[in-house]
Amino acid sequence: MKLSVDRERCCGAGMCALTAPEVFDQDGEDGRVLLRDPQPPHRHHAAAREAAAICPAAAITVIEARQT
Amino acid sequence: MQQHPSTPPPTEPTIPAAAPLSEPVTLPTARPTGCPFDPPAELAQLREERPLRRMQYPDGHQGWLATGHSVVRSILADSRFSSRYELMHLPLPGGPAELPPAPPGDMSGLDAPEHTRYRRLLMGKFTVRRMRELTARVEEITAEHLDTMERHGGPVDLVTAFAQPVPALMICELLGVPSADRDIFQRHTATVTDQSTTFKDQMAAYTAIQEIIHGLVLAKRARPTDDLLSDLAQDSELTDEELAGVGAFLLGAGLDTTANMLALGTFALLSNPDQLAALRSDSGLVDQTVEELMRYLSIADTGIRAALEDVELDGHLIKAGETVTVSIQAANRDPKRFPEPDALDVHRKATGHLGFGHGAHQCLGQQLARVEMRVAFPALLTRFPTLRLAVPPEDIPLRTRSNIYGVHRLPVTWDQESGR
Repeated sequence: MKLSVDRERCCGAGMCALTAPEVFDQDGEDGRVLLRDPQPPHRHHAAAREAAAICPAAAITVIEARQT
Repeated sequence: MQQHPSTPPPTEPTIPAAAPLSEPVTLPTARPTGCPFDPPAELAQLREERPLRRMQYPDGHQGWLATGHSVVRSILADSRFSSRYELMHLPLPGGPAELPPAPPGDMSGLDAPEHTRYRRLLMGKFTVRRMRELTARVEEITAEHLDTMERHGGPVDLVTAFAQPVPALMICELLGVPSADRDIFQRHTATVTDQSTTFKDQMAAYTAIQEIIHGLVLAKRARPTDDLLSDLAQDSELTDEELAGVGAFLLGAGLDTTANMLALGTFALLSNPDQLAALRSDSGLVDQTVEELMRYLSIADTGIRAALEDVELDGHLIKAGETVTVSIQAANRDPKRFPEPDALDVHRKATGHLGFGHGAHQCLGQQLARVEMRVAFPALLTRFPTLRLAVPPEDIPLRTRSNIYGVHRLPVTWDQESGR
């Protein structure tokens, strides 16, 4: 899984940092999303997917790795 | 379809009429009697027929009503739908013919880039981490109010003793607004959201709040203190008027929202003893209970947007200039998104609910609201293991004429001996 974030779209609601704190954080100054781990380990995949799905600004993109 | 008792049963199968489906409806507002937590029953029927359909507005405008979770979510996320007040037709009668544009600082009535400018100044002040740092203070304030309740003994009105003051003191402290003015603010805020007062009175109440904040802003420019208004006064390029507007907006948003969740949420838990028992027996359920209550109660029940251009959605063409009313409460009870949506279920994963809205305007203070609710509900239930309503549930006065649903009063009591 690869993640990317669009900080221009981000509206700082904090849903990602709330849902997947190991993967996402918020900038302490401007509140915008910070990607802590663009290639999170498998155990964080479900939370990262959920964070992307509920992001109010659709600022998180998930690229799923091909199944082997 | 409901049938009149005296109507004989039809002898031939009736052909379902297609025409009424496309006819515009008005916004249903009557909640079912005896179910203070359920949306108007008609909304469910409308959602089942068509999650997006034509709606007749009181001023004669023909716009739209969105009731399905998926379509409501799409509309709120779509920047082709504007939040500017002056473009909106109001879904309920009694409002002004035309809304004036948002006053300076009122972010909820603005689009990008004006909205973005305000939002970005504030986003960093309401992060998950910053709000969690307030937990200890929320716990303190909560405990103080529970102490007072306990000393007083039941019955007490949970609204004035607990649900209103806890979030009000928090937002006042955060902003740097003297809590001595809390009662005045609370009264004015209630007027602003009360649909049964005139628009003129609502504006007067809003202006009154803004004037007090304006005075504060000037003071904080001169002598900054350790709070959000002072920070904004120092760091941002906001004019005094804008800063007063932002302050009034945040204060209003902090005063009349969590307070209603705490009171109505307690009412809902007391009315669902099995859910209450489950929550009491497993403190690990608190976080998801808060989300479930947000979904189930949907206190900010209705949103309004106006199409800036023609938008094709769900097989319909919404034309530029048309107003769309989004029913948050209908969306949050959509069985396509939440199985058995009308049940309050603390074991449910309610994530994805639209109780805080969605899109660029999603509630800025939601992480503060979460901290407050995650502290306040368990603290209240732990302090009073025998907490119960002090009056029959049908005697609880409901805020049926407010933009934010809830209860006016919630008389509760408990066994004094085993109170602690």
